[in-house]
Amino acid sequence: MTSYLTEPAPKADQPPVQREVEVVSAAPAGAYVQLALAAPEVAERAQPGQFVAFAVGGPMTANLLRRSIAIAGTDPGAGTVTVVVAPHGPGSTWLAERRPGDTVDVVGPLGRPFPLPAPGTTALLVGGGYGAAALVGLAGLLRSRGSRVLAVSGAADAARLCSVDDLGALADRLEVTTDDGSAGRAGRVTVAVDELIGESGVAYACGPMPMLRAVADAATAAGVPSYVAVEESMACGIGVCMTCVLPVVGADGLTRFSRSCTEGPVFGGDRVRFADVGALPWDVVGADAMGVVAP
Amino acid sequence: MTLVETSVDMTTALGSVPLAGPVLTASGCSAFGQELEPFVDLATLGAVVTKSVQLRPRSGRPTPRMAETPSGMLNSIGLQGPGIDGLLAGELPWLAERGVPAFVSIAGTRVEDFAELATRLRGVPGVLGLEVNISCPNVESRGEVFACDPVAASDVVAAVRAAADPAQPVYAKLSPDVTDIVPVARSVTEAGADGLSMINTLLGLVIDPDTMKPVLGGVTGGLSGPAVRPVAVRCVWQVHAALPEVPILGMGGIRSGLDALQFVLAGASAVSVGTAVFSDPSATARVHRELAAALAERGFSSLREAVGHAHR
Repeated sequence: MTSYLTEPAPKADQPPVQREVEVVSAAPAGAYVQLALAAPEVAERAQPGQFVAFAVGGPMTANLLRRSIAIAGTDPGAGTVTVVVAPHGPGSTWLAERRPGDTVDVVGPLGRPFPLPAPGTTALLVGGGYGAAALVGLAGLLRSRGSRVLAVSGAADAARLCSVDDLGALADRLEVTTDDGSAGRAGRVTVAVDELIGESGVAYACGPMPMLRAVADAATAAGVPSYVAVEESMACGIGVCMTCVLPVVGADGLTRFSRSCTEGPVFGGDRVRFADVGALPWDVVGADAMGVVAP
Repeated sequence: MTLVETSVDMTTALGSVPLAGPVLTASGCSAFGQELEPFVDLATLGAVVTKSVQLRPRSGRPTPRMAETPSGMLNSIGLQGPGIDGLLAGELPWLAERGVPAFVSIAGTRVEDFAELATRLRGVPGVLGLEVNISCPNVESRGEVFACDPVAASDVVAAVRAAADPAQPVYAKLSPDVTDIVPVARSVTEAGADGLSMINTLLGLVIDPDTMKPVLGGVTGGLSGPAVRPVAVRCVWQVHAALPEVPILGMGGIRSGLDALQFVLAGASAVSVGTAVFSDPSATARVHRELAAALAERGFSSLREAVGHAHR
């Protein structure tokens, strides 16, 4: 059996809640909008890597599915939770248009948080686009546990960079990359990851799937455990719809279609079979019952 | 979360088995109930209708498995599940320990598969009854769906009724994708079905205008949500009119108590809340509350009095 550098991420400490909450601030941030919500019960339960799921469109909506968005930060003292919304469809656009005083129905915190390394372990955090927001809370937590934090925030262009100031304030070192060179270094996040992975004892990534794959591959090649927070299309966010699955190798070495909401969104980077996402390989548990047999 | 007390008697039954309340989950929309525990008191549900179980574990289809549609969604999961051994070892004991009745949905591609599943579920603690998902391709009839052929559908139901625990009612889940649903309903009832679940999803297709290809990995998918509700209410109405003695578990786009009321008035004695759970994980408890209030406002002292009222 292949050996793995990671263990599957354990479940969160506390169950989620469903609440109608008020938007307390809405601030444009480049191509995105950062919303802060008065959601004390979510704030006190949330752990870095978890997400929340929003109902969108109001009472007359024809869009019934929840929109799942990573938690960008919490302030348990103030009872607030922040998220970064990237408007691209009708649901996320509606959400990005919320203003202070509006209310939204939110479920969370959901999913499994990032497992933490031994105190003091140097950690590399890599965020792609708005995925960088999901790493801000982790950066703070790692620093408080004595880790040296190296961060990379990358995006297609300067407007799509996210959480650069927050990560810059928390990290010991921050590298910024853009594909078009409009901010930071020109190129993909891998130009910085390749330089920093050797100093790191663990790597974390959140962003688009090709970027997660590149970071996981670089970490695994360097013998460094990595954890990736995936963004799969979800209808519910709570584990009942079975739409957000991807092939992941479990603790027993078998590949299953795992739900990215309840078994993720954080997975061991060496356990996600990136090349097989969207396919049904014969060695996924239960593929034989679908008529897929070993070649 | 406790249910609001109203003066309305909300007790009902699935066949011969009494239910504390008329609102159930819907198969494939609440997994095996565990994920809803943070949001609803599962013991107050009429029952958890499980995701369809088959003999062997199934991976389900590759992604994408879902497309949002106006007031609904298309899904193509492919019955991902643990198989009957996994269900008996894990999910059913979990529900039984909590006193949550399970209405187990069974699925297969041959008549014998269904019968074997019914046999395995005989006498299992907490299993209230069986819902037979006949919207599966019949491998012995070139993949035609059982539910679209009155003879194949009744073969499955007869085999399940013969094999199942006599104390467990057997409900046949009907597909709306037929020219006339009444002959199928009559056929499975004559074959021994104790009740009918209706409706399953409608077959649909969404094409992505950017890729110019079907969105779903499985090409077609099942349409659910409020978009299908009028179709479902029509099916319940037609079958109740033709077979007024046959109990109906109504489902299809129920999102509120007033939606559930339509099904009851059309002839359903219990309802399943499905896709609405994706948008509101506490929907089952809310629908129960709202239905009780709606019945009280209309002067009904019991749910039973309202069943089929629209026909009278």
